[in-house]
Amino acid sequence: MHAPELILLLPLLLGIAAAIVVACLRPAQAAPVGAATAAVCFALYLGLAGGAPVSAAFWAVPSLGVSGGLRLDGLAALFALLITGIGTLVLLYAGSYLKGDPRLTRLVVLLLVFMVAMLGSVTANDVITLFIFWELTSLTSFFLVAYDHEKLEARKAALQALLITGGGGLALLAGLILVAIAAGTTSLTGIIAAREAVLAHPAAVPAMLLVILGAFTKSAQFPFHFWLPNAMAAPTPVSAYLHSATMVKLGIYLLARFSPVYGDEALWQGLLTWTGLLTALVAAVLAFRETDLKRVLAYTTVTALGTLTMLLGLAPELSAMAAVTFLTVHALYKAALFLTAGILDHETGTRDASALGGLRGVMPWTAAAAVLAALSMAGLPPFLGFVGKEIVYEAAVAADGGAGLIVLGAFLVNTAGVAIAGLLSWRIFFGARPATPKAPHDPPIAMLAGPVVLATFGLLAGLAPSLLGGWLLDGAAASILGHPPTTYLALWHGFTPILALSVVTVLLGALLTLFWPRLMRGLQASRALDRFGPGHGYDRALAGIVACAEATTAMVQHGSLRGYIRLLLLVAALGPLVVLIAYDGAAWPADPVLDPRALAFGMIAAGAVATAIARGTLAAVMALGLVGFGAAIVFLTFGAPDVALTQFTVEVLLVVILATVLLRLPVHGRDTRTTRQRSGDAVVAVVMGSSVALLLLAVLAAPFDPRLGDWFGQNSVPGGHGQNVVNVILVDFRALDTLGEIAVLAIAAFAVIALLRGVARPLRRGN
Amino acid sequence: MHASLILRVSAPLLLWVPLVISFYLLVRGHNAPGGGFVGGLVAASGLVFFAMARGQTAALAVMRLPPASWCGVGLLLAAGSGFLAWLDPSAGYLTHRWWFPDLPVKLPLNTAFIFDVGVYLVVIGTITAMVFALVAED
Repeated sequence: MHAPELILLLPLLLGIAAAIVVACLRPAQAAPVGAATAAVCFALYLGLAGGAPVSAAFWAVPSLGVSGGLRLDGLAALFALLITGIGTLVLLYAGSYLKGDPRLTRLVVLLLVFMVAMLGSVTANDVITLFIFWELTSLTSFFLVAYDHEKLEARKAALQALLITGGGGLALLAGLILVAIAAGTTSLTGIIAAREAVLAHPAAVPAMLLVILGAFTKSAQFPFHFWLPNAMAAPTPVSAYLHSATMVKLGIYLLARFSPVYGDEALWQGLLTWTGLLTALVAAVLAFRETDLKRVLAYTTVTALGTLTMLLGLAPELSAMAAVTFLTVHALYKAALFLTAGILDHETGTRDASALGGLRGVMPWTAAAAVLAALSMAGLPPFLGFVGKEIVYEAAVAADGGAGLIVLGAFLVNTAGVAIAGLLSWRIFFGARPATPKAPHDPPIAMLAGPVVLATFGLLAGLAPSLLGGWLLDGAAASILGHPPTTYLALWHGFTPILALSVVTVLLGALLTLFWPRLMRGLQASRALDRFGPGHGYDRALAGIVACAEATTAMVQHGSLRGYIRLLLLVAALGPLVVLIAYDGAAWPADPVLDPRALAFGMIAAGAVATAIARGTLAAVMALGLVGFGAAIVFLTFGAPDVALTQFTVEVLLVVILATVLLRLPVHGRDTRTTRQRSGDAVVAVVMGSSVALLLLAVLAAPFDPRLGDWFGQNSVPGGHGQNVVNVILVDFRALDTLGEIAVLAIAAFAVIALLRGVARPLRRGN
Repeated sequence: MHASLILRVSAPLLLWVPLVISFYLLVRGHNAPGGGFVGGLVAASGLVFFAMARGQTAALAVMRLPPASWCGVGLLLAAGSGFLAWLDPSAGYLTHRWWFPDLPVKLPLNTAFIFDVGVYLVVIGTITAMVFALVAED
């Protein structure tokens, strides 16, 4: 294995290995080991970031045209650093936050698996690998949201997140396959190179829409935004990691990845710009309705995701740099604020924003981190948030169509951001201090490290944005653009109209913070928002599916054994009949030959009649046995001794088993069916018999193709060293089929044992 | 419910005769009517007869392992026989190998027979498992 392959694979292998090791550890040791693993991965990516793209091919399925591998370019490096860096801090934090919880081991294992899934998604160089890891993130998210699985709310939220992101994942799979077919390759670099072919394909628009759908569900764009606030049922470290900093940005990542392909398409630009803006505005309004700190943060996350989507919809020349900058800014301050919210919850016993205040004195470090992060969120200089907000405004002002609306939207969204930032810092840490359920104080260093490091980084990076830009963000933007970006990051752009816009934003936002309680109550009072939200639509759709399933089950699983058999037989009989009639296939053999050996059929006919008119169940079973033996004799006389032998044995067993079972059931009296039921059964029997007879006649009328039989006959001895062609086919030529069949037999046996365990004595070794 | 005296006394006969026949069918299967599937059915019917006559406990004692384990052993044998194909790197999975040792008697050794024994065991295990589970005994 060559060096680039090893180095790209190493973080994934390390993560998996650590997950296995952690699974065997005690809860207290789990988090430090997990954090150390993430830190090592972070260091690895740190060494690779800023350099030329590294790629490595690992696997390929040539027969399906799949070629896969990993690739680390600027965009992937940015994501990988965010994933592992924030992962390190979150894992460290989780160990302290959930101290004493016996399930901590499981949480750390899941977080590590999630980290691997995220790294795999962003470093995948082919759509198949990307999709597999993408789905793995949805799956781990499900388990992490349902961490408190005793709570109904957590289970519902987990299922909702899984259904929405999983449903979007299906759309994404379809879209990626369409794109791969159009491009003739599954490799992402190949798809970008084959841009013209992808766009010229007849299914280009559906493919694009499916990819967008996948990204929108993952990144909680309107109207799928509602799962994200509900996912706040997860423990705070999970919310900070998955549902603000990393997983929900995977949709953004996908859009950015496909930007070189679709970026100039009008439909793509329109959908992304306006959906993004709508999402951002809706979430900004909804954020003001909440008092739960985590839900407030979740809605502001949706706002940020909407802004990012909007940016990716603008012409990439302008917006690529803005998108990657804002993405980084947001990941830093939002993770810090989430972790702070977790600290508040942990230390005060509540995370109700309206019940908190004046905590600056008792929790100085927490307050410092929160204020730093909030200032970055509010976009004040000299924080990175200011740089991010300026560049977002620049991109919005320069938009081609509807620039006025976009700037207005961005202005409103940013104002809301300032107001929320004020709520999270000024309202909670300053002013009067109401009583809280617990006496608060600063948490241990493991919990403080996350918010402090992230918030400080936001300040440092803001002071020297060109360093961060030249090292990391330029490369990430270049991945979106396809060439190095022409814009550059700077803290001070001079006195421009955009600076004026920023000043107005901050002032208006501060004003909103002052009136927050009134605004919040006013919005909460509006019930219309509850009644018509897409979340309500989801509930109704889910209830509809359940009702539909119940109705179907009641119809199919009615509990009448006779009904089941009748339905099975009718379907089996009508299927061939319908096909025969539809394709005009009913035919009579060309030259029917009367063979004296066919007299054996008389035995079958006699058996059938005897079964039909038998009065007792046991007698009917015996008569049915006659039919089977008759069939065996037919096989024997027409030269299929093997089949005959099997048929004889099966008949013996069948009669023995049925007799044994019937002897133990209270049905060995007379037939209890009414005349009406008997005639109904007769109709079913006649339909079944006629259907099979017609089918057999049609088969006999078709010209016989002896090639297969001849081949097996000739090759049985030289190829399989056996005279018995049937056996040679079973154990040699078609051995894999037989292996499958016996596996099915064994599974059926296990199923019977499992089903009847309640009825029968457990099967165990006799003593 | 007690089986009749005749049935109970003839039970060993009803067990061992089918078992011997089943083994004969299994061995000759490659060149004459027979094989693992039929052989397994015959053997299973012998075991079911025995269970009817002497009870399931006695039948399970004769089988030594629970029926489900017979299925498992059979599947392992059948699936495992295919790996020997890779003694020849170019051969696909389940390409059976044959050896004809230089002995005075004709003794073809082959992996196809191992596969067939696997089928035989799975069939025995499946049928006995189903019958014994269906026909509960107290």
